[in-house]
Amino acid sequence: MKSKTIKVPHLARVEGEGGLHIKIKGGRVEEVKLQIFEPPRFFEAFLRGRHFTEAPDLTSRVCGICPVAYQMSAVHALEDALDVKVTGPLRALRRLLYCGEWIESHALHILMLHAPDFLGYPDAFRMARDHPEMVKLGLRLKKAGNTLVAFLGGREIHPINVRVGGFYQVPTRSELATLTDELKWARDTARETVRWASGFDFPDFEPDYEFVALRHESEYPLNEGRLVSSQGLDIGIKEYEDHFEETQAPYSHALQSAHRGRGPYLVGPLARFSLNFDRLPPLAQDAARDAGLGPVCRNPFQSIIVRGVEILFAVEEALSIIDAYEMPEDPAVPLEPRPATGFGCTEAPRGILFHRYEIDHQGLIVKAKLVPPTAQNQKMMERDLHDYVTPRLDLPDDKLTWQCEQLIRNYDPCISCATHFLRVDIDRG
Amino acid sequence: MAKKKPKLAVWKFASCDGCQLTLLDCEDELVTLAGAVEIAYFVEASRSHVRGPYDLSLVDGSITTLHDADLVQEVRRTSKVLVTLGACATAGGIQTLRNFTDVEEYAAAVYPRPEYIETLKTSTPVSAHVPVDCEVRGCPPNKGQLLSVVGAYLQGRAPVLPQYSVCLECKLRGNICVLVARGLPCMGPVTMAGCGALCPTYHRACYACFGPKETPNTASLSGRFKGLKLKEDQLVRLFRTFYAGAEAFRQESEAHEK
Repeated sequence: MKSKTIKVPHLARVEGEGGLHIKIKGGRVEEVKLQIFEPPRFFEAFLRGRHFTEAPDLTSRVCGICPVAYQMSAVHALEDALDVKVTGPLRALRRLLYCGEWIESHALHILMLHAPDFLGYPDAFRMARDHPEMVKLGLRLKKAGNTLVAFLGGREIHPINVRVGGFYQVPTRSELATLTDELKWARDTARETVRWASGFDFPDFEPDYEFVALRHESEYPLNEGRLVSSQGLDIGIKEYEDHFEETQAPYSHALQSAHRGRGPYLVGPLARFSLNFDRLPPLAQDAARDAGLGPVCRNPFQSIIVRGVEILFAVEEALSIIDAYEMPEDPAVPLEPRPATGFGCTEAPRGILFHRYEIDHQGLIVKAKLVPPTAQNQKMMERDLHDYVTPRLDLPDDKLTWQCEQLIRNYDPCISCATHFLRVDIDRG
Repeated sequence: MAKKKPKLAVWKFASCDGCQLTLLDCEDELVTLAGAVEIAYFVEASRSHVRGPYDLSLVDGSITTLHDADLVQEVRRTSKVLVTLGACATAGGIQTLRNFTDVEEYAAAVYPRPEYIETLKTSTPVSAHVPVDCEVRGCPPNKGQLLSVVGAYLQGRAPVLPQYSVCLECKLRGNICVLVARGLPCMGPVTMAGCGALCPTYHRACYACFGPKETPNTASLSGRFKGLKLKEDQLVRLFRTFYAGAEAFRQESEAHEK
C-alpha cells in the first residue's frame, strides 16, 4: 500500500497547543511524533529566589485547569521540607478542595471535550443541539465542582485561600453545610453520567500499560500515599526521581518521562482506578460494575466511564468530609524556615504531579522541580498511537485522523502543563 | 431572513489556558452565548474551525516566540474587535520574569537540551505588537467582567470596566482593612478592582493579580510597607508577580533592586 502522513496541525479540545505527526510507509507506521509547541514559560527557573510562601500561588499558574493540583503538590512538598504535618480538619478541607477540582475537571472533559467524539460532533455546542439535556446536566455538574472550589478557595481558577501550612480562612460547619444539597444532586447525576457513557461504542484496544498511581492505606488517593505500579513498584514519593527520568525530544517543548528500566508508563484515571479499585466507596464500585468495568480497566477509550466513576467518588468523599467537619481553631499551622529539601506528589485529575523544592535558611527557593502528569504520559501517547494505527491503516484519512485525535483526547492532556499539544499529521508520504 | 450571528474567535498564546477556561466556566451563560454568536475558532473547545474575518476575537496569552509575534498580526488583521483576556495578554504574565534576566540561563536551568527551545528573550503583551480594543484584566479574569465585555460588543456599545483600586471593593464589601488592622502588606491600594476584593475577604493581603490601577502611587505604598519592616528584596517580589511587566510595577520593582 502507498505511504502517507496523518497530520493534525492543531489538536482540538485539549488544554494547550500541540500537534500530531504520523508517518506511514510500506504499510507500517514508521514514526509517531507528539509535538508540543506550547511556548515554554520557565517556571522552575523563576521560582529560584522566590519565597516558599509564594510557591502555591506561582505554581498554580502552570495550569488554569488544575491549579488546585499545583497548590496541593506545592504545599505538601514545602511542608515536607519544613517538617510540618497538616492533619485533622485542615487536611480534610484540602481533600474537599481537591474533590471540587476533580469534579470540575472531569465533568469538563467528559461533556465538553470527550463525549462529542463518541457521538460524532466537532464540539459540545453542536452536540447540545441534539442532546441539550445531557449538556445542561454536564454543565451543572461542572458547576457543582467549581462551586466547591470557589467556596473554599475564593475563586474557581487560581484559588487564593491555599497556603503552606493550611488556609488563610476556614469555613464554619454551617457555612459548609450549604453545599450539601447540590452535591446530593451531583451524586445522582454522576451515577447517570456513568450509565450514559457506558453506552458508547468503544474500539477494541487494550494496551499492556504499566499503571503508576498513589496508593494510600485507607483512602482513594488524592493528596498522599506511596507510589505503586502494576509491575510491582512500591516506593515512597522521595524516591520518585530514582525510578523515573525525564528526557527531551527535539520536536517538543515538553519533557518526556519514562521509567528508568521499563520505559513508558501511564498515569491518570485508568491507573488510579486499576490500582485502587478496592479503595473506592461501594457506590462507585457498583456504578463501575453496572457500566461493565472490572476492577482493572485497560481500554483508554473507556477512561470516560472511569472519570465518571471518579466524579462519583469525589462527590461521596466531599459529602462525608462535610458531614464530619469540625471547624479548626486556627486556619494554618505555624511555620519556621530552615534549609531543607522537600517532596510532594498528589493526584491531579490527569495523574500524579511531582514537586521537589530546595529552600535556604530564609525560606527562599534554591531549586524547584515540577513533573506534570501530561509530561509523564507523553511517551505512552506515542506508543498508543503507533499500536492503534498499525492494524487500522486501511481506514480513510479523515476517519483515521479523527480516531487519532480521540486517542489523544482519551488522556485529557494538559499541554500548558506539559510544557513547561494538539495538531494530527498522518504522513503516508 | 434571520440576522447573521457575529463570529467569535478565541486565540491562545503563552499562558496557562485559565482565561479561555473562564469562558467555559460560565456554566449558566454558555449555552445562551453559544446561541448568540457563531463560535468560529476556539481550538480548546472545538475541532471545527471557520475562516475569518471574525467580529470579536478574545486573546489569551503573551507573545514569547517569533511564530506568535507573526500570528498576532494575523489575528489583528482578521478581527474587527480584539479583546485581550487576562494578565498574560495584557501585561506579559508571570513569564515576564524572564525580562529581568537572561532567558538562555532560564532555558538551561529547565531543559537538558536548551538548544531545542525556541523562545524570545522577552514576554510581551499583545498591545506591544498590535492595537488592542479592550483589555480585560486579572489572573484569572472575573467571569462577570468577561461576560459584560462580550455582551457590550454584541450590543454594539463600549464596555465599561472599573479603573479604581481594590480598596473601594473592600469598602463596598465592608471588609476590615488588612493593611491597617493586621499589618499585612496588601497591594490593594495600587491594584485595579475587578476581583471583588477576594484576598482581603479571606483575611489575606491582595497580591495584585489584576495589575496596577489607574495612576497608582506605588512609591508611597512601598514606603508604608517599609514601615512594616519589609526589606528591599521583599518589595521587589511584591511588585514582580503576574503584572511584573506593567509599567508602574516594573518601575517600582526596579527601584528596589540593588
